[in-house]
Amino acid sequence: MSTHTLAAPRIRGLQDRLWAAVTDRDEHAAAAVVLAALDDGIDAETALLDVIAPVQKRVGTEWAANRLSVAQEHAASAIAERVIAALAHHPAGRTTPRLGRVTVACVDQEWHVLPARLLAEVLTLRGWQVDFLGAQVPTPHLVGHLHTSGADVVALSSSVPTRLPAAHAAITAVQAAGVPVLAGGAAFGPDGRYAHRLGADAWEPDARSAARRVADGIPAPLPAAGRQQTDDLPHLADQEYTLVVRSRPQLVREVLTQLESRFPAAAAYTEQQREHTAQDIAHIVEHLGVALYMDDDELFTGFLVWTAGILEARRVPAASLEPVLDVLSIELKDFPRASRLLGRARTALDALPPPAGHDPGASDDRTSPSASHPGS
Amino acid sequence: MARQKEQIASRPQLATTELWASAPYPVILVDRTGTVVDLNPAAASLLEGAARGSTLSETVPPWLTRAHQETTDPAGRSAGDGPASAPRPVFRGRIGTQTFVAHPAPNPGGDVAWWLVDDTDRRLVEEELATERERTAFLAEASNVLLASLNTDRCMQITAQLASQYLAEAAVVILPAAGRQMPLAHAVGGRTAVRGTVAADPAQVPGLSEALQGFPPVPSRWIDPGALPGWLLPEDFTGTVGSAAVVPLPGLGVPAGVLVLLRGTGSTEFDESEEGFARLFAARAGAALSAARLYAEQSDITRTLMRDLLPPRLDRVNGVEFAGGYQPASARDRVGGDFYDVHPGSTPEDASLAVLGDVCGKGLDAAVLTGKIRNTLQALTPMAGDHERMLRLLNGALLNSHHTRFATLVLASVRREESRVRLRLTSAGHPAPLVIRNDGSVEEIDTRGTLVGALPRVEARTVETDLRPGETCLLYTDGVTEARGGPLGDELFGEERLMRALEECAGMPGTAVVERVQMLASQWLHDGRHDDMALLAITAPPTTHLSAVDGHTRGRYTA
Repeated sequence: MSTHTLAAPRIRGLQDRLWAAVTDRDEHAAAAVVLAALDDGIDAETALLDVIAPVQKRVGTEWAANRLSVAQEHAASAIAERVIAALAHHPAGRTTPRLGRVTVACVDQEWHVLPARLLAEVLTLRGWQVDFLGAQVPTPHLVGHLHTSGADVVALSSSVPTRLPAAHAAITAVQAAGVPVLAGGAAFGPDGRYAHRLGADAWEPDARSAARRVADGIPAPLPAAGRQQTDDLPHLADQEYTLVVRSRPQLVREVLTQLESRFPAAAAYTEQQREHTAQDIAHIVEHLGVALYMDDDELFTGFLVWTAGILEARRVPAASLEPVLDVLSIELKDFPRASRLLGRARTALDALPPPAGHDPGASDDRTSPSASHPGS
Repeated sequence: MARQKEQIASRPQLATTELWASAPYPVILVDRTGTVVDLNPAAASLLEGAARGSTLSETVPPWLTRAHQETTDPAGRSAGDGPASAPRPVFRGRIGTQTFVAHPAPNPGGDVAWWLVDDTDRRLVEEELATERERTAFLAEASNVLLASLNTDRCMQITAQLASQYLAEAAVVILPAAGRQMPLAHAVGGRTAVRGTVAADPAQVPGLSEALQGFPPVPSRWIDPGALPGWLLPEDFTGTVGSAAVVPLPGLGVPAGVLVLLRGTGSTEFDESEEGFARLFAARAGAALSAARLYAEQSDITRTLMRDLLPPRLDRVNGVEFAGGYQPASARDRVGGDFYDVHPGSTPEDASLAVLGDVCGKGLDAAVLTGKIRNTLQALTPMAGDHERMLRLLNGALLNSHHTRFATLVLASVRREESRVRLRLTSAGHPAPLVIRNDGSVEEIDTRGTLVGALPRVEARTVETDLRPGETCLLYTDGVTEARGGPLGDELFGEERLMRALEECAGMPGTAVVERVQMLASQWLHDGRHDDMALLAITAPPTTHLSAVDGHTRGRYTA
């Protein structure tokens, strides 16, 4: 690790210069900031975790606060990628693998690649042979890779909680191949509780502690004959998850129809506004599904409170979420767990402080690569 | 009743002794103090030197003496063991080579008659059952673990580890040599196996080369521990090898490898049933190892054959940014019917040729045809000055092949001129290229043409356009626009939605545009089925920097 301590102001200065370059979409300036810092003797791990990572985190925060556009955000991620690639070729970032072999991958359909990328680089710097499979790795590819290349451990990254069921499938499949799983990323909760509930062999909150854990060694999972995913989550036996997820389009349609009959403003939406609203509803139903999968109140409540914040930042009243919950409650009244989740979320929304004035009805696209989780 | 009892009690002892004399079990009568009062002939012949008047401890093994003490002195047993609640204790132990269950029959006088029932056979059967159960459980576990992985190294490690846990103190798995090196794994005492390779002559170990060749068939055999070469002994195996066995791992028609079992001088040698058991384990390990080898060979072949079918990694070429993205229809596939390529111009002044296309169909069959088209187009790059001529030649080549499929594609000749990028675009039956202008407008390039590989004649119209710095031209396949899903589950993503999404992408790097569209399309699909999706972004670099951060050189800005 670093032999010299860096004054915090110096790091902050680097962060600010990188932030300026990234928001300016100036890839070259961004790379220059980091490479010059390496030339000045900052070690590569510090550059990755204390300069690039915080800037990337700030991108997500700024997007959530509506101070960055989706395009700026994507551009920032693309630039961070390039900077990391440039850093890996700098003499300070070159190491020969002398430790074991680690596979780093994102869960299927998980697009947030940077946390995994940073871990992969840190592990490489620390002397591991790393197979970095990138974003959204289908589980069959991951398992196929383990069969052909082998690995001492799989580091599995997921940032958005809606990927938790997919993460579960990946964890079980990797363990069935006899390889332990180290889970990481915002999706698994700030304390890793979801990682443990899904049977991951280990969880760590950040790249440094994850690298330490890999070095300590994670014991291989015991092959339990006939273990199935439902063994981890016995509540799935009630089929609520399956039924809600399967009827998602119908639920969205029903909520949309009801909203239009309740709110004249909603009936006057443009096609695009209507689609955004439908997407928001679909997002809510999706999170309800995940909360049912994990049987966790906080997952759903946390998402709605976070969404309310996002809406407020875009001058959309968070109160517009309440009728959605009400319609869903009626539609899903025969599902006890779904009803419980909807009730708790409604209570949490009611407890939010009343907002300032807004233009009603406006909504926008909340699909973002960095802003991901209430806890992140 | 009472009278009858009295009568029995007053009978002379001799009568009882006579009764015992004919009993089929050894019986020994012991008084409260532990002195042998009487014993029958069966007991006398079992317990050598036993006689009336001798003390019990001289006569019987200690377990029976203890049993007698416990029976005559219930206070010695743990408190709370009331006679009603406590089950009668079972006393069992060895006398000589046999085992007996001793049943106490106390009489009112305080003496205890011990009936000894021989249960040697039952014990042997029980022991055998326990051993078999343990072995079955082990084999089940071994099968579970071995079946879990198709990775040869891992199978080898697991085999050594399991064998050193259950079959011997140490185990070595040796695989047939790849080149001069024989891969091997050592394990001691069930700990994680250590892998390595050794360049040694297998003939050093008797029976090893035959077992590795799998021919002539050889049984497992004992070898002289003194003949073992040093490389065969695990580093952390302390002590001297007392016995060693070479057990072939039978493969599926091919020799899978050899298991060498090692036991120290202090342990017992392998008996016949252990050898049989080792063979059972070897059969499973061998099957798993050869399945893993087959899988490895097959995936090697697949990888080699697929290498040229995989979408290429794109980067900056002659001052122009290229970015590609590809998602095959099935998560299991890596290739499909969509393809893209960038053929760099021979000098920075020459145009590079970018191609993106879609062969009708999906999966490997379609991928094979994309390979053919990609090769043909590469050969035709010298004619890239005339797109229509290229398409005519390609059409002819496709019509003459045995493939019945057709394809649509876009050709783009790309040349950097000062800070601008000049494009010549030709669509052959393919969705029109889209250009994202810096002002946020999205322009559909009006090139049209017939698809290739279906009709004897093809026609196409080439259109030219320029990209200013920061602008991007996006080529895509219809898998993107025909993605079905959305919040309501059944809508097409459609061209209009794609164009709206691109309006937000003004000024974005090409990789970010590709990623954005891929992400939106996949979210639109929401785990639904889809066709292959391919994207190719051609971007004029936004700044005046000529040297790129291409990951290989340090750009001049650091100088």
